[in-house]
Amino acid sequence: MDAYIFDHVRTPRGKGRPDGALHEVTSVQLVTQLLQALRDRNSLDTALLDDVIIGTAQPVGEQGGVLARAAVLNAGYAQSVAGQQVHRFCASGLDAVNLVAAQVHAGVMHAGIGGGVESMSRTVMGYDSGAWTSDPDVAFHNYYAPQGIGADMIATLDGFTREDVDGFAAESQRRAAQSWEEGRFKGAIVPVKDVIGEVLLDHDEHMRPGTTVESLSKLKAAFEGLGKGGFANVAKARYPEIEELSYVHHGGNSSGIVDGSGIVMIGSKEFGERAGMKPRARIVSYASMGSEPTIMLTAPADVTKKALKNAKMEVGDIDLYELNEAFASVVLRYMKVLDIPHDKVNVCGGAIAMGHPLGATGAMITGIVLDELERSGKSTGLITLCAANGLGTATIIERV
Amino acid sequence: MRHMKIEIAADGFATLTLDNADESMNLVSDAFIAEMMDAIAQIAANESIKGVILTSGKPAFMAGADLKLLVQGYETMTLKSAFAFSQKASAMHRAMETSGKTWVAVINGLALGGGFELALACHYRILVDDPKSVVGLPEVNVGLLPGSGGTQRLIRIAGMKTVTELLLSGRAVNGPEALALGIVDAVVPAAEMDAAARAWLATGPNPVKPWDVKGYALPEQRGLIIPEYSAGMMITSGSVAKSGYNLPAPIAILSCIYEGAILPFDKALTVESKYFAKLLTSPVSRNIIRTTFLSKGAAERGAGRPAGVPKTEFKKIGVLGAGMMGAGIALVSAQAGVDVILIDRDVESAAKGKSYSETVLGKQSARGTISCDKVDTILARITPTDDFALLEGCDLIIEAVFEDIDIKAEITRKAEAIIPATTVYASNTSTLPISTLAEASARPDQFIGLHFFSPVDRMGLVEIIKGVKTSPATLAVALDFVAKLRKTPIVVNDSRGFYTSRVFQTLIHEGGAMLEEGVPPAVIENAAKAVGMPVGPLALLDELTFDLPLKIVEQAIEQEGSKYIVPAGVSAMKKMKAQGRSGRKTGGGFYDYPAEGGKKLWSGLSDIFPVSADYDVAELKQRFLYAQAIETARCREENVIETSEDGDLGAVYGWGFPAWTGGTLSYIDTIGVAKFVTECDRLAQKFGPRFAPSAWLRERAATGTGFY
Repeated sequence: MDAYIFDHVRTPRGKGRPDGALHEVTSVQLVTQLLQALRDRNSLDTALLDDVIIGTAQPVGEQGGVLARAAVLNAGYAQSVAGQQVHRFCASGLDAVNLVAAQVHAGVMHAGIGGGVESMSRTVMGYDSGAWTSDPDVAFHNYYAPQGIGADMIATLDGFTREDVDGFAAESQRRAAQSWEEGRFKGAIVPVKDVIGEVLLDHDEHMRPGTTVESLSKLKAAFEGLGKGGFANVAKARYPEIEELSYVHHGGNSSGIVDGSGIVMIGSKEFGERAGMKPRARIVSYASMGSEPTIMLTAPADVTKKALKNAKMEVGDIDLYELNEAFASVVLRYMKVLDIPHDKVNVCGGAIAMGHPLGATGAMITGIVLDELERSGKSTGLITLCAANGLGTATIIERV
Repeated sequence: MRHMKIEIAADGFATLTLDNADESMNLVSDAFIAEMMDAIAQIAANESIKGVILTSGKPAFMAGADLKLLVQGYETMTLKSAFAFSQKASAMHRAMETSGKTWVAVINGLALGGGFELALACHYRILVDDPKSVVGLPEVNVGLLPGSGGTQRLIRIAGMKTVTELLLSGRAVNGPEALALGIVDAVVPAAEMDAAARAWLATGPNPVKPWDVKGYALPEQRGLIIPEYSAGMMITSGSVAKSGYNLPAPIAILSCIYEGAILPFDKALTVESKYFAKLLTSPVSRNIIRTTFLSKGAAERGAGRPAGVPKTEFKKIGVLGAGMMGAGIALVSAQAGVDVILIDRDVESAAKGKSYSETVLGKQSARGTISCDKVDTILARITPTDDFALLEGCDLIIEAVFEDIDIKAEITRKAEAIIPATTVYASNTSTLPISTLAEASARPDQFIGLHFFSPVDRMGLVEIIKGVKTSPATLAVALDFVAKLRKTPIVVNDSRGFYTSRVFQTLIHEGGAMLEEGVPPAVIENAAKAVGMPVGPLALLDELTFDLPLKIVEQAIEQEGSKYIVPAGVSAMKKMKAQGRSGRKTGGGFYDYPAEGGKKLWSGLSDIFPVSADYDVAELKQRFLYAQAIETARCREENVIETSEDGDLGAVYGWGFPAWTGGTLSYIDTIGVAKFVTECDRLAQKFGPRFAPSAWLRERAATGTGFY
C-alpha cells in the first residue's frame, strides 16, 4: 500500500538560548500548536489518525515520557490517537516520518503524523548522554570522539580548507535569506504563540543574512581544545593517515542551536478520501544505516545509495537533495562522494543558517523539500541526515 | 604475630604497629593480610579498646603491595583467583572500618598504593609534616588499579575530580596538598602525631563510615543523568587516548569510578576487584612490573656486578672532551658529588662544556628546586682545562671526544701517561668497537665502554660495554660509577652498535622501508606511535640526520662485505640526501621545520615515494615491534646481551621501546616464541630476510623456551 504526504507544518526556529524567542515555550507546547494548526487548516477529524510519532534527540525531562502522547491529548486530538517517541539522535524527526510511512506501507495503519521537536534552550545538549559518550569502557574502546572532531576529521581527510567550509556556510545564509524573502516557507510556518495567545515568533531567528567568508574568517575554530584534550589521538588511532587534525569548524559553519518543531501527516489513499484531502507526494523509499562511528557523520552518502537502491533509482533521478547541515564539511563531502552539484543540494539554505533543532529537523526539511518541489515544478526529492554514533537516515519522496 | 604488634594504653586506645619482620618496608602480602585479620578480630572483640591507632614501625608507613607477588599474577592466576585475591584485601579493609572501633591512621612516612588504601579504610588520617612523606595511589604506573577499595573510598572521600586526576596520573601528593584535597585530615609534626590521634579519638567519633549509614547518597550515584558528570566522563575517557590504546589500566580505573559510584559500597568493591583481576592477569602489568621495577631495581643494586671486587669510591674523575656528551657527563658526576676534570683542546672549549652545567642548574635554581649554595658547590667541582696533567689521581676516566679511532687512540695514550696505573679508562663511544679502541691502551683489561644517552642528565640508562679483554674488576668499577650516578646500568658485549644502537636502527630502517613501499608517511609515523614508540621513525631520522646511520652502514659494508644485509631504509635515506634533505640540522628532511608552528611532513615526499593504498596498519605496527624484537633475539643469541633483563631494560630505557611490552624480549615471550617465529617467517617471506628467525630461535620455539 502506498504512503502519501498530505500536509506538513513547522514552527519557526528560535535561538536556542535564554534570549531566544521560544525559550519560554515548553517542548510539548510547540508540538501542541502544530497539531492544532494541522488539524484546523485541514478540518481534520483526528479520529481518522492512528498514531503520532515524535522524534526527540533528548527524550529526557520535559521532552521525555512519550511527549507525543501528551501533545496529542493537549492538542485536543481524539484520545484514540496513539503516541510514540523515537530517538535516533539528529535523524529522529525523519525516522518518525519513515516509521509512520512504513506502517502505512505495511497496511497496519491508515494514517499518522510523524515529526519531531527539540527545545535546545530548555533541554540543553548533554541532558541525554549515554554509554556511547560517557561510559568509559564503551566510549574508549569504540573510539568515541565528539561530533565537531568528526567534522574536522572529514575536512582533514577530504582536504576541505577553512575557506571551503566558510564559503559553504555563507552560501547557506544567502540561500536561506533569499528563500525567506521570496516567501518559500510561508505555507509551512505556524507562528508560535505564548500563554496569552500573542505571537512570539514567526520567522527563523537564527539567520545572519549578509554573512560572508570574510566575516566568518574572524571566528575561532571551536574544537581544537577537545582535540588537544585527547580526541585528536582518538582520531589518529582510527585514521592514522591524519598527520595533524585541521580545525576548521566553528559556530558559523556548523548547524545553529535552536528551538523548534515540525510535523508531517502521512496516510494511505483511502485515508485521503475519507478525510477529503489530496495527497501531495508519495513516499518512495527510506533507509537507515550505520557507518564508521568515530568520524560519525559520513552515513548520509551510504544511506542515500541504500534508499536509492530500495527505490531502484540512480543519483541522477533525484531533482532536489536535502542533507542536514550538521557541519559544512558533512555536506561538502556528500556532494563530492555522490558527485551532486551544489545547485541541487539544500537549495533553500540549511541548518547552518536557520538552525538545527535536533529531533525536529528531519520532519522540517521533509516539508521544505516538498514545498520547493511544488514551487519549482520538480518531481523527486531525497532527504537525509547524519546522526550521532555513525547513524544516518534517508527518505525519497515524489510529487503526485 | 610476626609483622605487627598491638599495645593497649591506659586511655583505652590500642596502637597497632606494622613492622614487617622480613623486609625494610611494610608490604601487603598474604601473611600480612592474615595477621591483620587476626589483629582486627582481636581488637573488635576487646571491649576495653575504645579506639585504634594504626601506624608503622618503619620509616615509611607502607609502600603497597609486594610487586614480587603481583608480577606472578599473569601466569599463575585465573580471573577468578585474581578476583578472590583482591577481595581478600578488600575484606581486610572492610573488616577494619566495620569493626565497631574507630581507627586513626598515623601515617608516619610515605604511604603509597596498598599502604594508602589501608589508611583510607581508617576513619581519620594524620600525615606527618615532612616533605618526603607523600601519599598516593600509583598503581596505574604498574598497569594496575587500587584494588582493595582505593577507587571507591577515594571517590566517596574526595569526589570525582580528585579521584580521576590522582588515579589516572598515579601522582603522589605531599601533606599540604593532601590536606587541601581532603584525602588526609591533619598534617602534624612527627612528635605530635600520637597525641593528635589520641585527642581526636577522645572526641568519641562515630565508628560508622558515612557510606555505611542508611540513606547515604553519593551525588555521582545518579550517574549519567547529571550532565556535568556525564560530560566529565566523556572528556576524561577521551583524555585517556593520549596514553594510547595499549595500556588497559587507565580506562579500567575510570570504569571502576564510574560504575562503582552508582553502586552500594560492598557491591562497588566487588566490581573494583573484577577490574583489578582483569589487569592483574594481563601480560601488560606483568611486563611493566617485571622490567620497570624488579629488573630495574636489581640492575641498580648490582645484579650484573662481578662478585668479590671491593667497591670503588669516586672522588675525582676525568672527562675527556667537553662536547654535548662530555658536558652532560661532567654535570651528572658533579651532581653525584664527584670532582671532575673536564678536558678539551683549549680552556675555552672546556669552559663551554662546563657552561652546560651552569645553564641546567641555573634553570633549576630559577624554578626553586635547588639552592644557590648548592649550585655553587656543584659547579665548583668541575674544573675546565686543557691540561692533561690535572688528570693525576683520577679514579676514572671517561673519554667523550670525536668518534674517530685515531683521535681516540691519541687521547688514550696521552691520558694513560698521567693517570694512576690502576685507573679504569672508559670510552663513551656509541659506534666504535670497544676492543678496537682498547688496542691503543697499555692496559686493555682496564678499558671499557660507558655509553651514556643524550641528554645525559635526563636519560637514566647507561650501556656498559665489555671489550674482549675487559676484566671483571673493571666492569665492577664501571657499575659502581653508574650506581654512584643513580642511573640504571646494562652490561653488553662488544658488537657493532653494541646493543641499543644496533636494535634501535631497525626501527628507523623499517620506517624508511615502508616509505619505499608507498605507505603514506603520516601512517608510518602514527603506526609507530600507536604501538607506543614516543616518536615516529621519520621524525627520529630527521633528528639524527641521515649521515650517521648511513655512515654506520658504509662501515659495515667495508668490514663485512657481501655478508652484510643492507638495512631496508638506506635507499630512502639516499634518495632524500640526493634532494639535499638530510635531516633537521640541514634545514629539513622528511619534515619541514617552519619558523612558526610545528614541523610538517615535507610536501615533496609523495613525488619521491609515490603513495599506495596497499598497506595494513595492523601489520605496520607489528613490523615495528617485530623488527626490534628479532634483532634483540639475535643480540641474545650472539651473547651481545647476556641476560634477558638487560635486553629489556635497554629497550625500554635506551630507546623508548614501549613499557607495556616489558621490552623487546618480554614482548616475544608475551606473544609466545613459537607464534613469534611463525609470524617472523611470514614477514620474512613478504618483506625480506631481516625478519628471518635463526636456527637458534627456531630451536627455542620448538622447545618452548622463552626468554624468562
